[in-house]
Amino acid sequence: MPKRTDLKSVLVIGSGPIVIGQAAEFDYSGTQAIRVLKEEGVRVVLVNSNPATIMTDPELADATYVEPITPEVVAKIIEKERPDAVLPTLGGQTALNTAIALDRDGVLERFGVELIGANIAAIELGENREKFKGVVERSGGESARSHIVHTMDEALAAVEDLKYPVVVRPSFTMGGLGSGMAYDEVDLRRICGAGLQYSPTSEVLLEESILGWKEYELEMMRDRNDNVVVVCSIENVDPVGVHTGDSITVAPAMTLTDREYQKLRDISINVIREVGVDTGGCNIQFAVNPEDGRVVVIEMNPRVSRSSALASKATGFAIAKIATKLALGYTMDEIPNDITRKTPASFEPVLDYVVVKVPRFAFEKFPAADPTLTTTMKSVGEAMAIGRNFTEALQKALRSLEQKGSELAFDRDADPAALLEQARTATTHRLTQTQQALYAGATLEQAFEATRIDPWFLDQFMLVNEIADEIRTAPQLDEAVLRRAKRHGFSDAQIGSLRHMDAAVVRGVRHALGVRPVYKTVDTCAAEFEAFTPYRYSSYDRETEVQPHEKESVVILGSGPNRIGQGIEFDYSCVHATLALREAGYETVMVNCNPETVSTDYDISDRLYFEPLTLEDVLEVIAAEEASGGVAGVFVQLGGQTPLKLAQQLEDAGVPVLGTSPVAIDLAEHRGEFARVLDDAGLIAPKNGTAVSFEDAKRVADEIGYPVLVRPSYVLGGRGMEIVYTEEALAHYVRHATEITPSQPMLVDRFLEDAIEIDVDALYDGTELYLGGVMEHIEEAGIHSGDSACVLPPVTLGPDVLERVRTATEKIAAGVGVRGLINIQFALASDVLYVIEANPRASRTVPFVSKATGVQLAKAAALIGMGWTLADLRAEGRIPSDYDGGALPLGASVAVKEAVLPFTRFRTAEGRVVDSLLGPEMRSTGEVMGIDKHFDTAFAKSQAAAGGPLPTEGRVFVSVANRDKRTVVGLAKRLVDLGFDIVSTGGTAEVLRRNGVPAEVVVKIAAATDADGAGTVLEQLHAGRVDLVLNTPSGGEARTDGYEIRAAATSLGVPVITTTAEFAACLQAIEAMRTYEWSVTSLQEHEVRLADAVAEARA
Amino acid sequence: MSTPTPETAVLVLEDGTVHRGRPYGARGTTLGEAVFTTGMTGYQETLTDPSYARQIVVQTAPHIGNTGVNSEDAESRAIWVAGYVVRDAARRPSNWRSERTLDEELAAHGVVGIQDVDTRAITRALRTEGSMKAGIFSGADAQRPETELLDEVRSQHSMAGARLAETVTAEAAYVVEPADHGWEGEPIATVAALDLGIKAATPRHLAARGIRVHVLPADADFAAIRAVQPDGVFLSNGPGDPATADEQVAVLRQVLDAGLPYFGICFGNQIFGRALGFGTYKLPFGHRGPNQPVMDKATGRVEITSQNHGFAVDAPLGEVVEAPEARYGRVEVSHWSLNDQVVEGLRLLDRPAFSVQFHPEAAAGPHDSLGLFDRFAQALAERRAGTAASATTEGA
Repeated sequence: MPKRTDLKSVLVIGSGPIVIGQAAEFDYSGTQAIRVLKEEGVRVVLVNSNPATIMTDPELADATYVEPITPEVVAKIIEKERPDAVLPTLGGQTALNTAIALDRDGVLERFGVELIGANIAAIELGENREKFKGVVERSGGESARSHIVHTMDEALAAVEDLKYPVVVRPSFTMGGLGSGMAYDEVDLRRICGAGLQYSPTSEVLLEESILGWKEYELEMMRDRNDNVVVVCSIENVDPVGVHTGDSITVAPAMTLTDREYQKLRDISINVIREVGVDTGGCNIQFAVNPEDGRVVVIEMNPRVSRSSALASKATGFAIAKIATKLALGYTMDEIPNDITRKTPASFEPVLDYVVVKVPRFAFEKFPAADPTLTTTMKSVGEAMAIGRNFTEALQKALRSLEQKGSELAFDRDADPAALLEQARTATTHRLTQTQQALYAGATLEQAFEATRIDPWFLDQFMLVNEIADEIRTAPQLDEAVLRRAKRHGFSDAQIGSLRHMDAAVVRGVRHALGVRPVYKTVDTCAAEFEAFTPYRYSSYDRETEVQPHEKESVVILGSGPNRIGQGIEFDYSCVHATLALREAGYETVMVNCNPETVSTDYDISDRLYFEPLTLEDVLEVIAAEEASGGVAGVFVQLGGQTPLKLAQQLEDAGVPVLGTSPVAIDLAEHRGEFARVLDDAGLIAPKNGTAVSFEDAKRVADEIGYPVLVRPSYVLGGRGMEIVYTEEALAHYVRHATEITPSQPMLVDRFLEDAIEIDVDALYDGTELYLGGVMEHIEEAGIHSGDSACVLPPVTLGPDVLERVRTATEKIAAGVGVRGLINIQFALASDVLYVIEANPRASRTVPFVSKATGVQLAKAAALIGMGWTLADLRAEGRIPSDYDGGALPLGASVAVKEAVLPFTRFRTAEGRVVDSLLGPEMRSTGEVMGIDKHFDTAFAKSQAAAGGPLPTEGRVFVSVANRDKRTVVGLAKRLVDLGFDIVSTGGTAEVLRRNGVPAEVVVKIAAATDADGAGTVLEQLHAGRVDLVLNTPSGGEARTDGYEIRAAATSLGVPVITTTAEFAACLQAIEAMRTYEWSVTSLQEHEVRLADAVAEARA
Repeated sequence: MSTPTPETAVLVLEDGTVHRGRPYGARGTTLGEAVFTTGMTGYQETLTDPSYARQIVVQTAPHIGNTGVNSEDAESRAIWVAGYVVRDAARRPSNWRSERTLDEELAAHGVVGIQDVDTRAITRALRTEGSMKAGIFSGADAQRPETELLDEVRSQHSMAGARLAETVTAEAAYVVEPADHGWEGEPIATVAALDLGIKAATPRHLAARGIRVHVLPADADFAAIRAVQPDGVFLSNGPGDPATADEQVAVLRQVLDAGLPYFGICFGNQIFGRALGFGTYKLPFGHRGPNQPVMDKATGRVEITSQNHGFAVDAPLGEVVEAPEARYGRVEVSHWSLNDQVVEGLRLLDRPAFSVQFHPEAAAGPHDSLGLFDRFAQALAERRAGTAASATTEGA
């Protein structure tokens, strides 16, 4: 069945900001979709509010709307663009829910738009748990026994039948939001109560516990000719009870007989047909009882998912790409397998390697959060590794996490019983606890009893343990010992620690003995057919498949697993660099271990090495590339801290580092040397010093005066950064900051209160500066730049300030010796410009600046790294010839970046949300962009995209710290003028009323007479009578009160503003929303607008 | 603790390549044709599939033995592979049905295997060079000079021209009853199934559809077939070169001449092809795996099939032609491989006779093509109804 010819234009819906449960994988799938649609000659319209995505690159789609993904906004886009069809299955639950709403509201029908790749009835069958149970039965499967409830009373009645523990799952939420396991009535009231609120249909499913069963997932594809294939089977090492996104998973399934596997396959095929999945991908999750093989279907997703991205990377079968072709009407037998070229996509991949995925968590960012893993997903990223066996893949995956304590360790003196007791509770440490308990003497049976991890996996841990002992006790580190260690994934560092040697010494011995990895190919077919795609992974095996190459390769090191502070923005820069270099004729090699990303799509670079980003693994890749045709050099400045911290060691190993040199990188990080650069340039930094002990730190703090900003050096995302007001707090900080060493001292800076923070991204070629963009933060300094909203071009900075920023940037870039990108943070306090820090690398804001100004900074930086000058770039039209991002004309559009925070995901052990206060430590998982003619509407869009639109009427709760009381009067007055009612507590209310602003007074929570907070704002919040909260924190008692209020508002989805600066911006936005009709503008139109403005300015 | 010198095993390929690993299963020497299979599950079914007789099977999936061995999943009474090549053999199986380890099972059946070799390198060599003669040497034999081992490998007979069905077939006839496979009521038909290396799944699927199956030894003649009064005849899969199966070809022609419905699988497809007058030929490295896409001409749909064949029928794709043996009328290639357009099924248009090259009975593999058993059951039922009707007519 060939392609449909009636689809001339298709609207693709993206997934919006990166949040837990919906991350970079949808940029990967969406980007593939857009490329396919373009190749097929279809006009592509895209909506996605996330500027850090490749899919929103204006050269990909024909019309790219960086607008909020809400049914109302998408309806406006449909009205304007009149696409023939909407493709909603590649943008996660966000896209699917939006499509369902558009269908329900009659928008699709009104504009004659067809839904492709999905049908609403199938989605509802798949997602409505009660109906899905029927589907499973008709498909010859079984479901866990369950009850649907809509009230707490119904829930209590259902538990009478099901018995505790019960699984609680709210309907229509993503990433398992709001779900959990209830062991008793207290749990049930808490989890189910919240679940009823999260579910858009106030519907929750209670289900018999299948805790401890083995968990599997099958990734499926179906075409319109009813051909169905299984792309990949995935087995969770963690038994049922942990969300699959938080589980360590393995592909293919390891512990199923063919009979059992075919049963899962048969049920899956029957389900996909019974549900009526239109075309494309879907996945089905199963639980298998290890005692008797009973199979229970857990759920299905009728769309491309996180698991599909993993399955695509694990098999080489490009699910999203093929799903898009299927949506256009092709059948699978008409689509060639990209990798083999000669065989069709209508087959089932077979693997001759093992893939292990491990989640990466960010609990260190939320110390109050309960780290227990449950059916609510909490991980913020993942790493994948490929090996020729499980142990090799597992150990590679664990070291890919780049997290202390994530790797297997070998301590005989540990207490096995205590470790197993800890391992009973699923946490991020369970695997290592179990392995270490086995090492310390626990039996396999004991480990199984405690964890229910399949004995086959436990035996693999024991195998690793035995090899650790062989390494430790071998008379000498000979070839046989090394080969065996390497065959099971031991790193040089692990071997070194077992033999009390330096990793570099182990490497030297290993190289001398010729024990080197080979590189195998991911080919979908276990070598049955020749593969034409150089998608490689290392293994200590016999034959390498690296082919000779003629041009020297340019190696780009990716950013590893996504984490808070180092996310998709860095992958964006890596991908852009690769694309620019390829286009300019260089041969590119990507090294990365993150399966969610575009960079690990096998056709982005000339060659992809799916490898951990440790020095050892990177050096081996470079050696393989060197041996097969030479290496021109390596880029370390694009992928964030992960590759950056390898810079010096790579150079020491003789690898040419392209772009800014390791010396320059170090200079910017090194306090003393950087201070000299500033001195030479006549610039000042806030007073500061470095310290390696409390005494040191106290001396510095006394000298420069409190409050001080303290942090470890070499971190990203403000990890461990705090504002410290007292000596006592400083002592506490030093005690708890473990990573301070003489080689990595802590930094102590004078904290500038009430300063305006300014962020700059710029290019420098050694002689000339291109100011990419100047961003003015909405919140005052002290909030991490990643969590702060910012606006480009600045809206309250005068031309003289901008000129000072430009001059300072140029001097710093020159002083540091930048060749490529530099990001500098300034603070403007009392009209003095302070330099906070400079990072000579691609920053988190590069994609935002690039999207806002239409200039591709990362691409330019990569070419500068290869020796191009800004003049060359101008000559090629890659940067504008007569202006830059620091001097945008008045008519240019205004772009606002807003952070998206994951507070609703994290609960304390008592089940309450963690505090939503912003601070110097970054906590956001993603970002959105609002772009429009003026700041007010752009800001309104950013808010709508980040968490839902601001209210335009209703009641606002206002409670501010003393320092904000002056500011709040004017703001509150304006609110009242706009018709809002104000609710407030004691002090704030008094100030407002004295100033003639009417405010209803409620008692403080601390003064409330009952636990539910009757008479307080909590009661009003729960009653739905508060539409917006302004609460700025201060010390002491108000802080607890504030926490209660923010926690309640956060869990109820009421917008919470914690700074007056942001609140002022919100007021502007609210006014704009009441004044103007919401209009949608594509990035391509914004570019035209900018060009017009430039022309006008010139004239 | 010092690392003991591990015991070695050697895999020697005809082209002179030597892979050193560790022994798996029995120690000793084994010779055979090296082939690879890409199945990720179902090693027990693979090992007990008689079609693998005289072949050294290389498993591309690295972890083998994870689910142990049980008494339900064997496809025949023995392990037939000549040798077994794996990368990572399980130390401890884990499955609720597991009764013993695969290592023990291989040793008990005297199957010489090798583990800890680069199975992907071997597979790539077989893909490029084609299936090769090979040998595995372990125990004392592993210490023999490589040149001597290579000579021994090269001196074995080639698979082309090998007649093997008779070596794997059942010694005596037996009956598989529908009642033992969940069928309630009277059998709907009787089939004579020639065991050329039959897998247990085949009679099981037939019996589950109400068909009583008389499994007959490979050398059964037409008289022996007639003796069970069949409504149709089935020829199974099996090892060896179809060009050596002249006797079965002759028997099948008698079956067709008698107008009996026919269904064949794998070897049974090749014999059908030869009976119709087509040739057969050896594929460079064969099709062996559970993921092989086949186009079913009748439905226009793709079926993912389990395959295990080194030979194929040489018949024209795409059009209906007169069978070279013209008395059988029109014939079409009913199924073909989407990977390489090899013939995967034949069907006579004028008689109830068809066969497929792949394995609809799966075990191991997907169940996409189970409908073929229904097709055969229907042909048998029609035949029986027709016979009954003609009997009634004759009686009247």
